[in-house]
Amino acid sequence: MSTATDIASVDTVTAADRGRRWSAVVADFCRRRPLGAIGAGVVVLMIVVALTAPGIAPYDPLNIDFAAMLAPPDAAHWLGTDAYGRDVLSRIIYGSQTALIVGFGAAFIGATAGAVLGVGSAYFGGRTDLVVQRFMDIFISFPLIILALAMVAILGNTLPNLIIAITVPMIPRCSLVIRSSALSIREMPYVDAARAAGYGHARIILRHMLPNVMAPYLIMLTSFLGQAILLEASLSFLGLGVQEPTAAWGLMLRGAAVEFAETAPWMALFPGLAISLAVFAFNLFGDSLRDALDPKLRTG
Amino acid sequence: MTDVAADTLLDVRDLRTEFATSHGVVRAVDGVSWDVRAGETVALVGESGCGKSVSALSIMGLVARPAGRVVGGEIWFKGRDLLKLSEDEMRDIRGREIAMVFQEPMTSLNPVLTVGRQITEACEIHLGYTPTQAHARAVEVLGFVGIPDGARRLKQYPHQFSGGMRQRLMIAIALSCRPDLILADEPTTALDVTIQAQILDLMKDLSRQFGTANLIITHNLGVVARYADRVNVMYAGKIVERGTAREIYANPRHPYTLGLLRSVPRLDEPKRARLDPIQGQPPDLTRLPPGCAFAPRCAFAIDRCRAEVPPLTSVGGAHQSACWVADSLPGVAAKPVAEQVPA
Amino acid sequence: MSVAENLPEAPPQAAGDVILEVRDLTKHFHLGGGLFGGPPAVVKAVDGVSFSIRRGETLGLVGESGCGKTTTGRCILLLEQPTGGQVIFEGKDLTKLSPAEIRVVRRKIQVIFQDPYSSLNPRMTIGQMLDEPMAVHGIVPERRARQDRVRELLTVVGLLPSMASRYPHELSGGQRQRVGIARALATEPSLIICDEPVSALDVSIQAQIVNLLENLQEQFHLTYLFVAHDLSVVRHISDRVAVMYLGKVAEITDRTALYAEPLHPYTQALLSAVPIPDPEIESHRQRMVLGGEVPSALNPPSGCVFHPRCPIAIEDCKRIVPEVREVRPGHRVACIRV
Repeated sequence: MSTATDIASVDTVTAADRGRRWSAVVADFCRRRPLGAIGAGVVVLMIVVALTAPGIAPYDPLNIDFAAMLAPPDAAHWLGTDAYGRDVLSRIIYGSQTALIVGFGAAFIGATAGAVLGVGSAYFGGRTDLVVQRFMDIFISFPLIILALAMVAILGNTLPNLIIAITVPMIPRCSLVIRSSALSIREMPYVDAARAAGYGHARIILRHMLPNVMAPYLIMLTSFLGQAILLEASLSFLGLGVQEPTAAWGLMLRGAAVEFAETAPWMALFPGLAISLAVFAFNLFGDSLRDALDPKLRTG
Repeated sequence: MTDVAADTLLDVRDLRTEFATSHGVVRAVDGVSWDVRAGETVALVGESGCGKSVSALSIMGLVARPAGRVVGGEIWFKGRDLLKLSEDEMRDIRGREIAMVFQEPMTSLNPVLTVGRQITEACEIHLGYTPTQAHARAVEVLGFVGIPDGARRLKQYPHQFSGGMRQRLMIAIALSCRPDLILADEPTTALDVTIQAQILDLMKDLSRQFGTANLIITHNLGVVARYADRVNVMYAGKIVERGTAREIYANPRHPYTLGLLRSVPRLDEPKRARLDPIQGQPPDLTRLPPGCAFAPRCAFAIDRCRAEVPPLTSVGGAHQSACWVADSLPGVAAKPVAEQVPA
Repeated sequence: MSVAENLPEAPPQAAGDVILEVRDLTKHFHLGGGLFGGPPAVVKAVDGVSFSIRRGETLGLVGESGCGKTTTGRCILLLEQPTGGQVIFEGKDLTKLSPAEIRVVRRKIQVIFQDPYSSLNPRMTIGQMLDEPMAVHGIVPERRARQDRVRELLTVVGLLPSMASRYPHELSGGQRQRVGIARALATEPSLIICDEPVSALDVSIQAQIVNLLENLQEQFHLTYLFVAHDLSVVRHISDRVAVMYLGKVAEITDRTALYAEPLHPYTQALLSAVPIPDPEIESHRQRMVLGGEVPSALNPPSGCVFHPRCPIAIEDCKRIVPEVREVRPGHRVACIRV
């Protein structure tokens, strides 16, 4: 009995088990949450469309064709043209690029910054936590759109600034949610073990705590995607977002709704549908993701 | 299980409960038969995942659906097969004739209701008591479980009671409708040693006083030794040994029981140089070996053990063991590895 | 087993060399209060605890929930900042060190937690978990050598080297606890705080882990502070035992004396409450069942904190706070009736 080669070596997990995991998780998600899978499908479709826009768009979205001004949907222009004769379908296809860049950019930066702040705030606790959270409370007390409008007004409306403007109001919302789950992670013995091992604060926060709040992080991220797209459309519609002649859904609505709502309804209808569909798809996917991840949150 | 004694209260026959998991079907309870006679204390002993708690939940009709399902067997209780009753009929039995005490006294009481309300509710529903009668009964049962000043305590909330007191409350709730059988699932595991002793003594006394039968589900061999009349040892969904507590402890006839008894350090024995653990890991119910489920960890296993499942057979009177080599096992006292050192 | 034998053996230490001394340790928690609350309530979780551990021995620290045994361990690990007193480890008072110095000392004091499920980071592989402390402390600077060392550590605790690529959820409870032990060994500590290391495990696995801890102690000349509530296990593994009650040490002495001749009435009650797995013995056993429950640490009794439950308490016990005094050589008790 001099050594500890007892016994504990029984291997219960086979390699096949582990290889199967990813595809099995995806298949399981599709089977249990068909709505979420549809949402995910639309999201994937949007990404594909945005990436292949130059290949699939029938026209250049900026190409002005006075011969075809305000043409209703027909064989040449499936979704019609706008007041400058630009093809609506092509502009919607290219608009998805703007929507996704702003959506993913803002949601990713917002959720990530919020997560780091939330985890850090929970980890340090005490006075740091108090100060950070009260500061966040101030931001949360403004409605999303008001804060975004104010940010755009301050920063000016280039695309990067637009992303920042949409990001800022998201950070405190995410940090609040992430902090609450980080508080329970902080009490886990493995975080104590990391402290007892003499690790630095940054290592504990980034390597030991952050990966364990992935579930709420992903949920926040997907819900922000929809919100960010909607917010970008709203700002563009108000004339404070993307500027002409860039193809953006909100901008298309603006031009359409102001003058041509009755004479050329397709100009407003199709971009509007695109916005609704995108936001709806992201929300469906996000909701299903939350349902799928939540039980795992509870059981650790 | 042919001769059912006249005073048999609960007779479980060939019970099978399965769970569907992502790794396949788990036979949590796999053809288990046991009985409880009126007024006695029976123990189901085993480690986590052996099926002891699922057995109790199956009896109460509380197996979590849709994943879990009782797929076979009979549960005879006072002349009725509980598995054939409707949900409404089961509801009358739960709490009224069979009561349950859970492991976690902190979470099994509703924090927003007074403890009085939680006791009287059962009496009003099951016994048709008026609020006044129910209140009187509540004060009475609090007295039984050793909580003085019942009238005042009934107005309090669970958080005003300590852990041990809450477990007394759970027992009071269980007792309130005068059940014939109390199923206690690890009733003392969450409690401190000195409180454990109090609670177990209390359960034993109450059983004597009211003739209530107890089914104690536990992993703690010490608890079983002190309080159980008869013991069923479970491993991987099956009963591997059963008998009176004295038979099981003095002369275990299954290597698993023997291993458990040998592996725990005992205060009444000289300190051993090293403990004698059971080798290996607990069984994975999704991939049990053919033959005896304990064979991979068993020091006495022969080829037959790895091929054929041993049936539960008598090794002397009512003492039964499911082991091919039951007759050639050494006694508990024979310590193969440990040299004894003076304490 | 050749791998395990290649590990550097620590030189045998002279017995009696004190590795850790805890002097008058107190830890108070303030509840409530804050910005708008009333006066905060104070819980004296640890209230003037003193003991020392000699190199190579195991000190058992037993008591019921809320007695402060775990908090004592956490104060030694500096996971809690002690309110008062000293924790002297290898001649240095840990409570006076700078954060940088603390990080260095932490290598030498490690911890094994109770719950093998929550004590391992679910997002890291076993290999990463064992690799990290060696990398951070520069114990094995070279990456390849570290991988070898990870495999070696796994072998030492009775696991397969191939398990380095596994995640915690792929292992059983007993296997995870072995990983927890390997992680503690990775920094080559001299003192390990074992906080209820077996109480969350199945009975059949407990003995495996206890044996492993004992074997490792011999192999690497480790010193253990073994915090537990199971008196049978503590008796098996400890050289000396301290019994705590409501934040204070009630009795401390070597194992033989404590179990053969417990002097403090609380120790006596505790021992007599432990069930013995033998119905024959149990049916004849005289037991001393304590009335009442452990009082709240928010509002501890006056005088001797044990007096409301003590079978031999007298009037004086309500007034006099008993000193921990040496009634026999090496046997210290906090009771005026002894």
